[in-house]
Amino acid sequence: MTSLPPHKLLKEMTLTDVSVGYDGGAVVKNASFKLLEGQIGCLLGPSGCGKSTLLRAIAGFESLMSGEIRIDGEVISNPTHSVNPENRFIGMVFQDIALFPHLTIAQNIAFGLSAWPKESAQERVTYLLSLVGLSGFESRYPHSLSGGQQQRVALARAIAPKPKLLLMDEPFSGLDAKLREELVPDIRAILQHEKMSALLVTHDQMEAFAMADQVSVMSEGMIHQTGSPYQIYHRPETRFVASFIGHGDFLTATVCGTDCVHSDLGNIRGDLDHGFADNTQVDLLVRPDDILHDDDSEFVGVIVSKWFRGSHFLYRVKLSSGKVVYCFASSHHNHSVGQEIGLSVHLDHLVMFPR
Amino acid sequence: MANLAHPSLASKSKWNWLKIAAMLIAAILALPILVVLVNVLIGDGEVWRHLYQTVLAEYISNSLLLMLGVGIGVLVIGVPCAWLTSMCDFPGRTFLSWALLLPMAVPAYIIAYTYTGVLDFAGPVQTFIRDLTGWRYGEYWFFEIRSLGGAIAMLTLVLYPYVYLMSRAAFLEQSENTLEVSRTLGYSGRAVFFKLALPLARPAIVTGLTLALMETLADYGTVQYFSVNTFTTGILRTFYGFGDVAAASQLAGILLMFVAVLILLERYSRHRIRYHASGLKKASNRRMILNGGRGLLACIFCWLPILVGFLIPVSVLAYWAVFKAEMPGTNFIQLAWNSFYLAAMASLIVVSLALVLSYAIRLNNGKAVRASVGIAGLGYALPGTIIAIGTIVPLAWLDHRIIDFVKHYSGERVGLIFSGTLVALLFAYTVRFMAVSLGAVQNGLGKIKPSMDMAGRSLGMSPFKVLTRIHIPLLKGSVLTAMLIVFVDVLKELPATLVLRPFNFNTLAVRAFELASDERLVDAAPASLMIVLVGLVPVILLSRSISSRTDSAK
Repeated sequence: MTSLPPHKLLKEMTLTDVSVGYDGGAVVKNASFKLLEGQIGCLLGPSGCGKSTLLRAIAGFESLMSGEIRIDGEVISNPTHSVNPENRFIGMVFQDIALFPHLTIAQNIAFGLSAWPKESAQERVTYLLSLVGLSGFESRYPHSLSGGQQQRVALARAIAPKPKLLLMDEPFSGLDAKLREELVPDIRAILQHEKMSALLVTHDQMEAFAMADQVSVMSEGMIHQTGSPYQIYHRPETRFVASFIGHGDFLTATVCGTDCVHSDLGNIRGDLDHGFADNTQVDLLVRPDDILHDDDSEFVGVIVSKWFRGSHFLYRVKLSSGKVVYCFASSHHNHSVGQEIGLSVHLDHLVMFPR
Repeated sequence: MANLAHPSLASKSKWNWLKIAAMLIAAILALPILVVLVNVLIGDGEVWRHLYQTVLAEYISNSLLLMLGVGIGVLVIGVPCAWLTSMCDFPGRTFLSWALLLPMAVPAYIIAYTYTGVLDFAGPVQTFIRDLTGWRYGEYWFFEIRSLGGAIAMLTLVLYPYVYLMSRAAFLEQSENTLEVSRTLGYSGRAVFFKLALPLARPAIVTGLTLALMETLADYGTVQYFSVNTFTTGILRTFYGFGDVAAASQLAGILLMFVAVLILLERYSRHRIRYHASGLKKASNRRMILNGGRGLLACIFCWLPILVGFLIPVSVLAYWAVFKAEMPGTNFIQLAWNSFYLAAMASLIVVSLALVLSYAIRLNNGKAVRASVGIAGLGYALPGTIIAIGTIVPLAWLDHRIIDFVKHYSGERVGLIFSGTLVALLFAYTVRFMAVSLGAVQNGLGKIKPSMDMAGRSLGMSPFKVLTRIHIPLLKGSVLTAMLIVFVDVLKELPATLVLRPFNFNTLAVRAFELASDERLVDAAPASLMIVLVGLVPVILLSRSISSRTDSAK
């Protein structure tokens, strides 16, 4: 009987200046970030930004052009040396699910447990099936399961050998919206229950916000910013992050003090020193929830279009300067298109970029 | 084993041997076509002039008329049958939809001499007419089967399934919405067929037609038996009768041009099929129900080709084989054994090479590999006669160089190593049937998604284990199918076997053809029946895959 590989949790994964590419061109450029014990990380970006390539490099299916990947201090990949995927103790869930069609559900889940003693493997499979809510499906074949059930099996299969880290490549993209809403919290709970660190790749920010403790926003092969979902949304560090995450508009503004700018909607004061010199021309990010409907305000705009969202209205409002911005209003404030309404700005922290 | 997991890793040096193997296979398999082309280019004007003055006009006109006749024939049978079984409902439709494939199991030369035995002067039909009317020879007119028209009829009967298959698939894939939209825009059922369904299915129909015409051009047995002079008979006569390699190659070269046109047409229409597929999924398949007289007509129309193309000839063969022919003796067992082991060896070789090529393209999807696989699969369009000429010429050259070499250095005399042996035959089969086995293997390999390899690796499997635990179990079925198809095709193959077989080596197909040519039609029946029965196996496989596809479309 072979002994079990000692089960250890991931302490820390570090990527330092990782570049990955095919035939000369780099698809991922100088990516660096850290993932800590029990954290769920996320690579978020539009399609073709290199996030899946980076994930595959961590799994060991792509070689590095430069930089290094360390797990718990040990280098698992650099341009000259690469630990084989089967020796990395990293599990992976794939976009196309990729269950083995010739094996039963139980055999699929037990696929990575060949080194385990038979009884413990059996026990593990039974436990995982109940964890993903599929007890009784042991001897069924993948094709007889629904998409959501298959995805649960894929997750169970990937975490069965207790990998140090679980990678998930767009795991929900093939599922419909309702199923996704059901699965995301389930899977998050399962991962936390297993105290497993995970890294998710997605293009869907709502999915990222629902799953991840830490989000790395990627575009054109580069990581623009890594932080909590809150930070990413409210304190974007680059123009790309600001426009990619959530809705928002840029207002033209002029710096008028260490914590103040002057804009179409008057002087706006933040709670922090923004570090720009006086009279610098900047673009100020305003989110829909930053601009509220306010009949008493001296600033007005004309409603261009509106959406009823149940709990509130979302208006597009044209300012006197010609700039169009979003505006939130409670659903009692039902105005029609063409009407003029008062606007007031509620901004705590100023997010701005030099023009 | 190196990394199976992903093309990007595979493109590293480790996999170069696969790339080299693929290119080598392609280069070797391209040899026959290159030999023929080179012979055309270097051929001297004298041969040309001679061919032009004597036989060329007849070959060209006969081949064109044959193609024209078979083309019309397969369209007239294939397209309506496909439409009736896919879009209409009438008694027996489910059975008919796969039974219409049965004639594919009968090689054209076998149906040709079976009907000759039935319809010629001494056959039961004319004897019956004479007995009934008291007419004697020359006092009445009867259809002369051993003619161009007869050849057209025979080839049509066994080749219409190509058109039937392709157009049926196209009709089934047409989105019902498209058809319904046209009804809401005021088109009647008949107008829908002619204005919409038929134009939409046209690329698929053309693809089926070109496949049938390639087979027509490649046919040797039927036209030879009916004494219709076409390119294939001409090539072999020039080659055998006059020993004129240059002239035979010239003729093969012209035939090659005809084939090239068909290939281009096929490629073009396959491309258009993709363009015409609307991408809309067909939710349900509501068929037009044909009642009463119309249902009966549809039923009769679909039964006719099965009756004439399969049931009658096979019954006749069975009757001859059981009641009339000499009892099959040891000679027959020898023939069957020859055919079987030749077919088995060929299928092993072809499928092994197809596996190498398929893995090469999976793991190293570069231009060089893709081109190699494309070249290796070209032989499916080449008539067996061309492959035979293209095989025997370089191998005979090589053999003579070897004989000279050995004689020069040791004084010994050695025999023919390649050209007079099974090596030549197996090589020709490999060239001819690589494409079918490539198709089946690649289809199977395509179902093993790269992410399954990665899943296996990330679950702790070495690449070798991924191969044994995932690839082999999943690929088994496709590999067996590929071997089976090649096996049966080799068993049926006639012209290349006729030219390349070693002295005194006979197969079932060759023997059946020889006996028939000697007017011993009845004695040819056992071998023919055996070929047809074995040929049924892939047809049944095909029909099963069709019906499962229809079920899922319902």
